Amino acid sequence: MLAYAIRRTLQFIPTILGVTLIVFLLLNVLPGNAALTALAESDRGLDPKYVESMKQLWGLDKPLHLRYADYMLKLVQGDLGKSFLRRDPVNRLVVERIGPSLRLAVAAMLIALCLGIPLGFFSALKQGSWLDTASMIGAVSGVSMPQFWLGLLLMYLMAVSLPLLPTSGYGDGSVRHLLLPAFTLGVSYMALLARTTRAAVVEILSADYIRTARAKGLAELFINRKHVLRNALILVLTTAGLQFGALMGNTVVVEKLFSWPGVGSLLVDSIFQRDIPVTQGCVLLLIFSFLIINLAVDILYALIDPRIEYR
Amino acid sequence: MNTLRKLFRTRTNILVGGLIVGLMSLIALFAPFLAPYHPIDDANLMFAQEPPSRQFFFGTDSQGRDILSRIIYGARISLSVGLISQGLNSLIGIILGLTAGFFGRWWDDLVMGLTNIMLSVPSLIFALAIVALLGPGLMNVFMALGFTNWSYSCRITRSQVLSARSLEYVQAARALGYGRFRLMFTQILPNILGPIMVIGTLGVAGAILLEASLSFLGLGVQPPTPSWGSMLSQARDQLFTAPWVSIFPGVAIFLTVLGLNLLGDGLRDALDPYTTRTRR
Repeated sequence: MLAYAIRRTLQFIPTILGVTLIVFLLLNVLPGNAALTALAESDRGLDPKYVESMKQLWGLDKPLHLRYADYMLKLVQGDLGKSFLRRDPVNRLVVERIGPSLRLAVAAMLIALCLGIPLGFFSALKQGSWLDTASMIGAVSGVSMPQFWLGLLLMYLMAVSLPLLPTSGYGDGSVRHLLLPAFTLGVSYMALLARTTRAAVVEILSADYIRTARAKGLAELFINRKHVLRNALILVLTTAGLQFGALMGNTVVVEKLFSWPGVGSLLVDSIFQRDIPVTQGCVLLLIFSFLIINLAVDILYALIDPRIEYR
Repeated sequence: MNTLRKLFRTRTNILVGGLIVGLMSLIALFAPFLAPYHPIDDANLMFAQEPPSRQFFFGTDSQGRDILSRIIYGARISLSVGLISQGLNSLIGIILGLTAGFFGRWWDDLVMGLTNIMLSVPSLIFALAIVALLGPGLMNVFMALGFTNWSYSCRITRSQVLSARSLEYVQAARALGYGRFRLMFTQILPNILGPIMVIGTLGVAGAILLEASLSFLGLGVQPPTPSWGSMLSQARDQLFTAPWVSIFPGVAIFLTVLGLNLLGDGLRDALDPYTTRTRR
């Protein structure tokens, strides 16, 4: 088991290297060279000597491979560089945004798990019933709905026409402020989870061991709880884990809509301000969290499911 | 009984999905004839934030432009972004997947490595990184979305090629002396198009949603061009005074994406022999 975990972690390294290389190339090398453009724009009409000295200050005068080495060396030490605009270390800017982002993502995932799994489970048990039809229509709609639109509608309903909840902002970080953005972010995942759960349960219901369980006279309720739910959960939790990673990426739009002070809104602001180190830091952070969650899910999956061989 | 129901469900998915997508395409094609006003030039501050009425079916925005007309023209932006960028994705994915599955060895390793890296980056984040480099604008949105989501097409093409490669008709063609590229493009590709089409249809839906998100963030299609996403980006500030600004463009996005998703799901069910299997 440990060997499996270690090997899986080692396989993770080339992916990390690839991702960092792509992000570096995208933001530093391709035509336009975002960093130089930012400099040229902000220092328009200034002395070329000043531009030259700025280039030196930010290390933009060095050849590409040296810059990449520099960037990787710092990255390994957990240093994301300095903001062009605010001259603050990117680490500090980013770290204070992680908490709110994580809170939002976890709350959204909890909402999705608590509603999506039971919905999918009961629709599969009662195939063709009104519950099944309604929840599957809901699932397709939930996947097709743009999150920011759902957010706007919820905001109108819960904050404007019935002023129950605050429209936006982090406030004191209380649940009241968290509820609307978390639900908005959670709905499409709830829909996906309901679909996955339903598909998994339908498949399991036709498995041989379920027929055996029925044949030996076990009560339906017992079969559903012991055999169906447990086996379905293995499948569903994998999807749920992978989706949690994707959720971190998708917080961007919801954070922006609800003025939530997370990594996503920092990312969007930094793109508007052409603050490349901050953009790079946010992108890397979001991708890393996605990758790390995927890795953890993979290892957990092997732990839960005895059928996976750890070779 | 169950088979019948499944068949019916599949058919309704394709039918309803196809109907919505067809309707949206017609609206996009005939926008100049259908729109009662010009989407950009007919701005009249005298009529700013008018609620829905007989004169303006969906109301007007803060600059007094007719929302219905802007939605009708917006269909052109959304559908062209969806089709063009997903076209690019499919093209990249098919070429890489075909060659990787067919040639194998180091090329396969390389392509699959790249695919796994792409899959490990959430597409919105990747698109944002490209926009950060290129700047906002319609052309850049095509690029940002056209290079983000090819990994799904690539993976499905490759796996289909791997299973088709050893089938008899391919072996027969090989025995007849077909060259590699003729084999790939005239024998294998036409026979694996089904799953690729399914991924493509769902990909168009995904691209439309992504464009809407980018434009909503202000990093996609720029005003005054009527894009459904950018129409919603100013809606939040008008939620108290003009809630209709928030509603109708979202309905348009939702219906279009829903139609494409239904179509994609229906096609998948229709093509997949396993889904018609009955339970119990």
